[in-house]
Amino acid sequence: MEEHIANTCRGGVQKCHNAHQTATSGLIFKESFLWEKSREGRCAVSIPAQDVEESLLDPELTSDPPELPQLSEMDVVRHYTRLSQWNFGVDSGMYPLGSCTMKYNPKTNEVQAARPGFAGAHPLLDEDLCQGALEMIYNLEQYLAEITGMEAVTLQPAAGAHGELAGMLAIHAYHAKMGHQRSKIIIPDTAHGTNPASATLCGYESINIHSGEDGILTPEAVAAVMDEETAGIMITNPNTLGLFEENIKEIADIVHAKGGLVYGDGANMNAIMGIVKPGDLGIDVIHLNLHKTFSTPHGGGGPGSGPIAVVKALEPFLPVPRVQKKDDRYTLVYDKPDSMGRMLTFHGHFGIMVRAYSYILTMGAKGLTDVSKLAVLNANYIKECLREDLHLPYDRPCMHECVFTDKFQADNGVSTLDMAKRIMDYGFHPPTVYFPLVVHGAIMIEPTETESKETIDQFIGAFKSIVQEAKENPEILKSAPHLAKLSRLDEVSAARKPVLRG
Amino acid sequence: MRYLPHTDQDIKEMLAKTGYNSLDDLFPTIPKSYRVKKEMCLPQPLTEWELNAHMAELSSKNASTSSHKVFIGAGSYPHHIPSIIPYLISRSEFMTAYTPYQPEISQGTLQGIYEFQTMITELLGTEVATASHYDCGTALSEALMIALRKKKKQNKVAISSLVHPHHRQIVKTYLEPAGYQMVELPSKPDGTTDLSPLDTMDDIAAVAVQSPNFFGCIENLGKVKEIATKKNIFFITSFTEVLAYGLLKNPGHFGVDIVAGEGQSLGIAQSFGGPGLGIMTSSKQYVRDLPGRLVGRTKDRRGEDGFVLTLSTREQHIKREKASSNICSNNGLNAMTAAMYMATLGKIGIRKIAQTNHDKAMFLKTKLEETGFKVPFATPFFNEFVVKAPDGFEAKRESVKKRGIVAGLAIEKYYPTLKNHYLFCATEVFSKDDIEMLARELK
Repeated sequence: MEEHIANTCRGGVQKCHNAHQTATSGLIFKESFLWEKSREGRCAVSIPAQDVEESLLDPELTSDPPELPQLSEMDVVRHYTRLSQWNFGVDSGMYPLGSCTMKYNPKTNEVQAARPGFAGAHPLLDEDLCQGALEMIYNLEQYLAEITGMEAVTLQPAAGAHGELAGMLAIHAYHAKMGHQRSKIIIPDTAHGTNPASATLCGYESINIHSGEDGILTPEAVAAVMDEETAGIMITNPNTLGLFEENIKEIADIVHAKGGLVYGDGANMNAIMGIVKPGDLGIDVIHLNLHKTFSTPHGGGGPGSGPIAVVKALEPFLPVPRVQKKDDRYTLVYDKPDSMGRMLTFHGHFGIMVRAYSYILTMGAKGLTDVSKLAVLNANYIKECLREDLHLPYDRPCMHECVFTDKFQADNGVSTLDMAKRIMDYGFHPPTVYFPLVVHGAIMIEPTETESKETIDQFIGAFKSIVQEAKENPEILKSAPHLAKLSRLDEVSAARKPVLRG
Repeated sequence: MRYLPHTDQDIKEMLAKTGYNSLDDLFPTIPKSYRVKKEMCLPQPLTEWELNAHMAELSSKNASTSSHKVFIGAGSYPHHIPSIIPYLISRSEFMTAYTPYQPEISQGTLQGIYEFQTMITELLGTEVATASHYDCGTALSEALMIALRKKKKQNKVAISSLVHPHHRQIVKTYLEPAGYQMVELPSKPDGTTDLSPLDTMDDIAAVAVQSPNFFGCIENLGKVKEIATKKNIFFITSFTEVLAYGLLKNPGHFGVDIVAGEGQSLGIAQSFGGPGLGIMTSSKQYVRDLPGRLVGRTKDRRGEDGFVLTLSTREQHIKREKASSNICSNNGLNAMTAAMYMATLGKIGIRKIAQTNHDKAMFLKTKLEETGFKVPFATPFFNEFVVKAPDGFEAKRESVKKRGIVAGLAIEKYYPTLKNHYLFCATEVFSKDDIEMLARELK
């Protein structure tokens, strides 16, 4: 059976009749490892001219050159071109990964970040030689403070989880300054895994609490565990079920009343720009993912950028250096005795900041507000269109993502994973699967605002078609994907006997 | 707005399907009192040409490698980036992909990172490498945390005072809240680490030494290994200039346990210091302790070779509070860039370019000596070194700045006893003429 399907689909475009399928198979190259293509004596770089005398180090200090592959320039170009063709990116098609905000990455942002004055700037330049870079950092901090409704921003953290750590360190430093360090932190069961892991790095014990039946936290659940040994709460809003935490302000009041602080995970900021400001909700510190909400590319895993925004009381604890503006000059300030210290070697992921800055300047206030409205519209539209086909565990208005499960398909022996793999054959990247952990067999769809109604309708059509297949021909799902370069990979063997280099 | 595809008709139809009257009504679960009352205060949106003008102006206020000769390294190095690197890394299939959790349609990223892991371990003489970390300072911090977790009874680490000052600051930020301490090893008159205090330290989990160190000097890693073995503690090294290992004996040669490094020199733009590339590599026995992602080789159902992210049971999305680290996003695209760069240079290119770096730096040293600078440390270096400037240099440094030359980095703020000392760097991008011009201007 599997072979038959594979043959049909691989046999040619004309044989794939499904109207919802936007993908077909094409000419894909095999490509060996770099070192298998290597031939003694080749080199793909222009060797610098020998215009000064050669100076040899003591042979005791040196060794033979490393055995890197020897290739021509064309070899390298073809190698990576072929590899790239095995990948799926946002530019290839819809990439509705829940919690990841895979929106369009504007190309003008790349042009701006590549300007020699940015890309070629040394991080330790004298201040009078890097006024443009400092001005950009200063402005971006101001814009992010305005968007979040907070007092101050640092752009130093390298990624979302690094921002979480910075936020936790700010809370830790705050309690230390108040004279009584605390030992615990409250984390709801819907949190990203990075939340408890970040808290652990500060020595805080995670106190896990459950969200209520409707998928949101109740003030009672928080009140039951909040005490004067608890440093605060880490809360994601909108939460990872795609729901707005309606009780956020009451929860913040409970935490504040016992001297704790509220950490906001801003991974889902894309839903609320210009709609609500975290600073108005009682949140004391929030991180942002510039590589989610602010359109910078994910790069196959990074680099991202994870600024944090804080209320006034936490500003003294932000990492150094801080950029200060005085009489139209920008300076770096190190003298902050209560600062948590340094989070990254230089000024953070500056190249990513330039992209986010370009994005904000391109969008403006109304544009960013429209982003959130349309992201929420797209998610609610998908939720309404698929609710008969997939089980909806929390039937509430969603924010920018919606969560389904595989409950309706279980009787046919079809799982979330099978549907995720099958949707590749239709030309879509799968949604996030099996997260959040509190939902059994979760399918988490975040379309983002940059997908058009036609594309979303195609995606919905594809999912409906898959649901039909699950009833009529579950085997086609279990053996999916059929059009991808590879079929399902053996992850168990990979972990049992790890081969991590060639 | 060109990024938002919705027509009025689309919005109307989608609202009808969802049962809302307007876009403003889409947020019924947000209590009215929380809603933002007025538009955010941000600049008016710019057209692309307005944006270009603004960004051109901002960027022109920075000295860059194209406008200035910046003779500074100290953790960020000006190197030639072959044209094929930005060209290839800009392929949107690489750039606009997410972390390769769906391996069937992510083999490009996965094989690319597997090749990175392979080449970086070859270059450094180690056995396993992660798919990247943020930068050297954060990688070093996590390396020390591994040692502290493995040596449960100890809560201190010894770190050379010649490890990049910013890296030591990061280590302090990471270690202190977790209840750990770092003790700094002083330097010797020859510009290398004084290891003798280790003799009397009985409660440390690790020793960390950077080589070449912040002064540019090549450390005696063999000696560090000897002491680490005797004391049964972790031997950790770091580096900021990875191209040095095109020439020098690598950390693996000295039997290092964990290496934390900066890979910016491998084809990555300086970009005002980030994003760079954190390199995290070790011997095999610590593979399950390493933070972040690893790519492993496997087969698919049809028996074809392929790659997946593996050993993820260490990671936060599975282990949560018991994870080996909280890292999630890494600097993967820069790891891919580094792989492209290593493939471009190859065995021949990396040796030639490394040698050229050393030659240029030696030439610069000679020229500065002729101009009245003193070289305080006799220890061999790779492409950067410390000099003591002659009287009046500070004013001269200001005046040559106007002529597009940035003459070294004052290091007194990091090492208060080193008044008038500067760290200079020369790489393959500086010609003989550039260096002679610098010397002439400083005379």
